[in-house]
Amino acid sequence: MSSILKGIAASSGIAIAKAYRLVEPDLSFETKKVSDTVSEVKRFKEAVALSTSELEAIRDRAKVELGEDKAAIFEAHLLVLSDPELLGPIEDKITQEAVNAEASLKETADMFIVMFEQMDNEYMRERAADIRDVKKRVLSHLLGVKVLNPSMISEEVIVIAEDLTPSDTAQLNRQFVKGFTTNIGGRTSHSAIMARSMEIPAVVGTKEATVEIENGDLVIVDGLNGEVHVNPTEEVVKQYEKKAAQFEEQKAEWAKLVNEPTVSADGHHVELAANIGTPADLEGVRNNGGEAVGLYRTEFLYMGRTELPTEDEQFESYKAVLEGMKGKPVVVRTLDIGGDKELPYLDLPHEMNPFLGFRAIRLCLEEQDMFRVQLRALLRASEYGNLKIMFPMISNLDEFRQAKAILLEEKELLVEKGVNVSSEIEVGIMVEIPSTAVLADQFAKEVDFFSIGTNDLIQYTMAADRMNERISYLYQPYNPAILRLVKMVIDAAHKEGKWAGMCGEMAGDEIAIPILLGLGLDEFSMSATSILPARTQIRQLSKEDMKKLADEVLQLTTNDEVMTAVKKAIKL
Amino acid sequence: MAQKQFTVTAETGIHARPATLLVQTASKFDSDIQLEYKGKKVNLKSIMGVMSLGVGKDAEIIIYAEGSDEQEALNSLEETLKKEGLAE
Repeated sequence: MSSILKGIAASSGIAIAKAYRLVEPDLSFETKKVSDTVSEVKRFKEAVALSTSELEAIRDRAKVELGEDKAAIFEAHLLVLSDPELLGPIEDKITQEAVNAEASLKETADMFIVMFEQMDNEYMRERAADIRDVKKRVLSHLLGVKVLNPSMISEEVIVIAEDLTPSDTAQLNRQFVKGFTTNIGGRTSHSAIMARSMEIPAVVGTKEATVEIENGDLVIVDGLNGEVHVNPTEEVVKQYEKKAAQFEEQKAEWAKLVNEPTVSADGHHVELAANIGTPADLEGVRNNGGEAVGLYRTEFLYMGRTELPTEDEQFESYKAVLEGMKGKPVVVRTLDIGGDKELPYLDLPHEMNPFLGFRAIRLCLEEQDMFRVQLRALLRASEYGNLKIMFPMISNLDEFRQAKAILLEEKELLVEKGVNVSSEIEVGIMVEIPSTAVLADQFAKEVDFFSIGTNDLIQYTMAADRMNERISYLYQPYNPAILRLVKMVIDAAHKEGKWAGMCGEMAGDEIAIPILLGLGLDEFSMSATSILPARTQIRQLSKEDMKKLADEVLQLTTNDEVMTAVKKAIKL
Repeated sequence: MAQKQFTVTAETGIHARPATLLVQTASKFDSDIQLEYKGKKVNLKSIMGVMSLGVGKDAEIIIYAEGSDEQEALNSLEETLKKEGLAE
């Protein structure tokens, strides 16, 4: 029976293939006493022999299909599997303590795993994973459970998983993986980022992909609309085959523009920038022809750890991004944390209204030690590229003045110490709170630039929590109220000779782009994979015509009216 | 018993591939073969043993072989160490 799962479109494109469930088999067992230890040792040796021949086959195939490099991991597994210091104690344990092979294997292997995990050398710690893999393989043979061999995938598949970790993806035979779908995750989870860097379609956060999809089911991953079709009808498959072919043609067209400037049909240049979270995202920025980094979210440096990152750790990341962009602009947003994005080690109190609470710049101005560490790291990195610093969640000029004063203080202290700091760092703000948009003319006299954060600007203007699904209809990016605020910000910047950018979802949206171009937005920052489609669109639009369109739609009354008018005007 | 001392010259010490090669070579022989570093001896046929020593550059190591093919084993290991530029 066919069914459709909804999820988050994490990587665009369409893939149609058989399902491959990357789901850990159940390797649970009971620890038991055995009476016949001789045959128990024999049973263990047989499981080792089976594992060995399986691994040899995998290694040989890997050599041919993946190269010596990838095959080396299986060579390492084979060596562990023949290690006398591992096998000997396991056999002794079975013989002397009369416990079953499963328990003897687990206890002995775990002892080594712990030992390697505690070593202070990262390479050694990774070896614990080899022992763990070998343990699983032998255990599965003892239990008669089929072991997963993702590196042996030899036909085109869609990988179905609860989630995909870096070690899962490292083992996949990428040549045959046509798409992913996972139960959990969002646009910024590892699985999503991985899919985008592999440039294969992915739908994440489907909640029940591993429940609904069996091995061998025919699956369509629609990474454009966030849908997964399970065992679709022939008719649906045909439709999607057509869509997939169109998308491929489209991509080939886009790729031609990687090194082209973003110029409208009537010759106006705008800058297409990328939003990134870590230095690793730079590859995507380059591959997709990003002209700048318009938003570097520094939160990722602070997340998934147990203490604050040090100044040097931060410096290395900022330097890597600045150097990687080779002099192109990099807008770094200072820490935007608190409220819904929690850092357990900061021990912030729970709030009733996290989006309206103690977060971002409010937190940083209070916790100045933490803020100053980040600013110093940024200042020190500034000489390696074209750095622009942006403060988030600014609601009034006092906040901006305070933050800037702290920045200048730190700069002076560094300069006194003889540290090189660029003298050309622009300092700007995110415009995401209506009070700031309304007062943009006064802000524009003091800031070097604006970047409009539409996700929050929309929720604060509409008073609609964007995490609340029941009011998701109020997330209205084309509502003339939003568009008028955007216009105020852009006009205010231009009046003072400053620039205005946008770093929310809206900046890469095909309906918003014509309006924003018409309003005179200077910089559009979006996820890297949206850049080439946006460039394609802008090259076909006349800025003068879009100016007229923008004037028109600003006089309309509702979100839907604007959407309809834009679609009609640009024939979407 | 045959034994010989070496000084590790490889930048990365005896990790990864070098460790693999030594263990693979040692495993071909019947003799008991041991590797000593900083007073600690491990079975040179055990990859986990060898790696647990954490032998780095400039380390002084001693290889011991005892058994019917001890001299042959030691020669073969010496050859591997030199051929791979690991030690002298």
